[in-house]
Amino acid sequence: MSTPHIRQGSLEIVDQEKIISRGSLYVAQARLTAMMKWIWMILAIAVANPVLYLLSIGIGVGAFIDKSAGAAGIDGVKYLTFLAPALLATAAIQGAIDESVFPTLEGFNWWKNFLGMNATPISGNQIATGVFLASFVRVVGTVIIYWFVMLAFGALESSKAWLAIPTAVMAGVAFGSITQAIAGLLKDENMFFVIFNRFVMMPLFLFSGTFYPLSSMPIYLQWIGWISPLWHATELGRYLTYGHALTQTMAITHMVFLLTLLALGIFFSRRIFTMRLAK
Amino acid sequence: MSSPLITARGLTKKFDEFVAVDEIDFDVARGESFGLLGPNGAGKSTTMRIIGATSQRTSGDLTILGMDPEKFGPQIRAHLGVVPQQDNLDMNLSVSENLYIYGRYFGLSRKFLKTKIEELLEFAQLQEKRNAKVESLSGGMKRRLTIARGLVSEPEILMLDEPTTGLDPQARHILWDRLFRLKEQGVTLVITTHFMDEAEQLCDRLVVMDKGKIMAEGSPAQLIKDYSTKEVLEIRFGSERNSEMADQLRGMCDRIEELPDRILLYSEDGEALLEKIYSAGLHPKTSLVRRSSLEDVFLRLTGRTLVD
Ligand SMILES: Nc1ncnc2c1ncn2[C@@H]1O[C@H](COP(=O)(O)OP(=O)(O)O)[C@@H](O)[C@H]1O
Ligand SMILES: [Mg+2]
Repeated sequence: MSTPHIRQGSLEIVDQEKIISRGSLYVAQARLTAMMKWIWMILAIAVANPVLYLLSIGIGVGAFIDKSAGAAGIDGVKYLTFLAPALLATAAIQGAIDESVFPTLEGFNWWKNFLGMNATPISGNQIATGVFLASFVRVVGTVIIYWFVMLAFGALESSKAWLAIPTAVMAGVAFGSITQAIAGLLKDENMFFVIFNRFVMMPLFLFSGTFYPLSSMPIYLQWIGWISPLWHATELGRYLTYGHALTQTMAITHMVFLLTLLALGIFFSRRIFTMRLAK
Repeated sequence: MSSPLITARGLTKKFDEFVAVDEIDFDVARGESFGLLGPNGAGKSTTMRIIGATSQRTSGDLTILGMDPEKFGPQIRAHLGVVPQQDNLDMNLSVSENLYIYGRYFGLSRKFLKTKIEELLEFAQLQEKRNAKVESLSGGMKRRLTIARGLVSEPEILMLDEPTTGLDPQARHILWDRLFRLKEQGVTLVITTHFMDEAEQLCDRLVVMDKGKIMAEGSPAQLIKDYSTKEVLEIRFGSERNSEMADQLRGMCDRIEELPDRILLYSEDGEALLEKIYSAGLHPKTSLVRRSSLEDVFLRLTGRTLVD
């Protein structure tokens, strides 16, 4: 046994100012350190996902659809170009859900490591924000990779196409922040995923104007698009990547919708995390 | 003596209607080693979480380091080292990453943590496991890592909730030794345990808790003096005869406790009492004279044994 270092004591060494200003970054650092253990897997999925999707649906099904649509195309473009922005937003949403729901369930239910974090000066608000920030980083990475694959497939036709990156990220993190808040409420999550995937994710994916314009869907199903961040992000993405017709009012509506969702998601995540930890 | 580091008055915690901690009062002085002794469900962990400024009390007054945890949670937690009853390590991270990240939560610098982590790995005897994923550690190793993690910020108050549960006897004694050293350096210890030997070894002063209430308070020696006799004679007649014999023995000593497998006779002189029993023509199958312990205090106070 070596001689112990001279003890200075927490009154000397703990830096409260720093914890207040950077606490959520430390939580994000923990999450990102964890993600780095899977970085090759994460990257492989981030690349394989767009490549496979765009190949099979965009080019395979697309060739068939393009032929029957004739010169007018779908919304004036190749089916691949039409479809890609929706898939981009879907990938952003999926990545955000992975990085918000699983860490939250781990932290509260499986490993309870949030209780460990909260025994330090780190607050419930900072834990919620840190988890969110780490998922933000993952979403940005996923979207950028996706965007370049779209570029390689020739699915980007507008000079504004790069702006589809922030809009897809916004959709992802907006949705992720909501699922993070919901995950913070779950005590017994087994049934939740089944229900969530079947009755939320699937309908959103299918009825958000992903595969064909929302306007060609029966009117009684169109509300799904309206409440779906995927549809709002897809509309923006289509406008930005190939110049899909979009009024300024609608563009602002889509942005406001996504930003509102994001604000609500972050607000409630922080609220729910804090209240649950104080029990 | 300066004012207490922790003061609780009428401290109460309810979970819906259930009262887990029931109007308890206590003080913890700086540099003292203070214990909460009680059986499972007594409310020890709940009390610890409230002192740890994470769980909110339902009512009563509580001051820690001069602050109310309801208003100054993070400021109080900055000076606490918490070892919870259930390990809650970050299973995504390796052993040394767990220590590093935890240190970051206290705003500690990389440079400080670099040497601190070496010290803590040695403390926990986990040097060889520094890069191992926490998931792969044995229960005892996880426990040691959790304890080491609680020390990363050199806390003023170290809170240990059943610290040695899951440790082998050797690791247990090593930990007791380390805790003594910390105490020598001026660290205040708050410890819960349901092991009476641990309470006797580690605590300057303790409260005996049962069903959310404090039953008694004092140093281990004082509690034994107040609530028990110097010695205890344990005898066995075989489980079917114990209760019949207990009736015959009742007049012969200060107090008698009948347990399912044995009878405890409280007396200042156990050997003399045993002589008396033999001369009365009674022949127990086994007999043992020992000193009174906190276990006897608990039995006296609650009519139940501490560990069931
Ligand atoms: N979060 C909780 N919700 C409801 N009841 C709880 C909760 N935590 C503890 N309890 C109850 O409070 C009582 C005291 O528990 P605890 O403080 O863990 O006791 P101890 O640590 O002394 O074993 C137990 O009956 C336990 O079931
Ligand atoms: Mg307990």
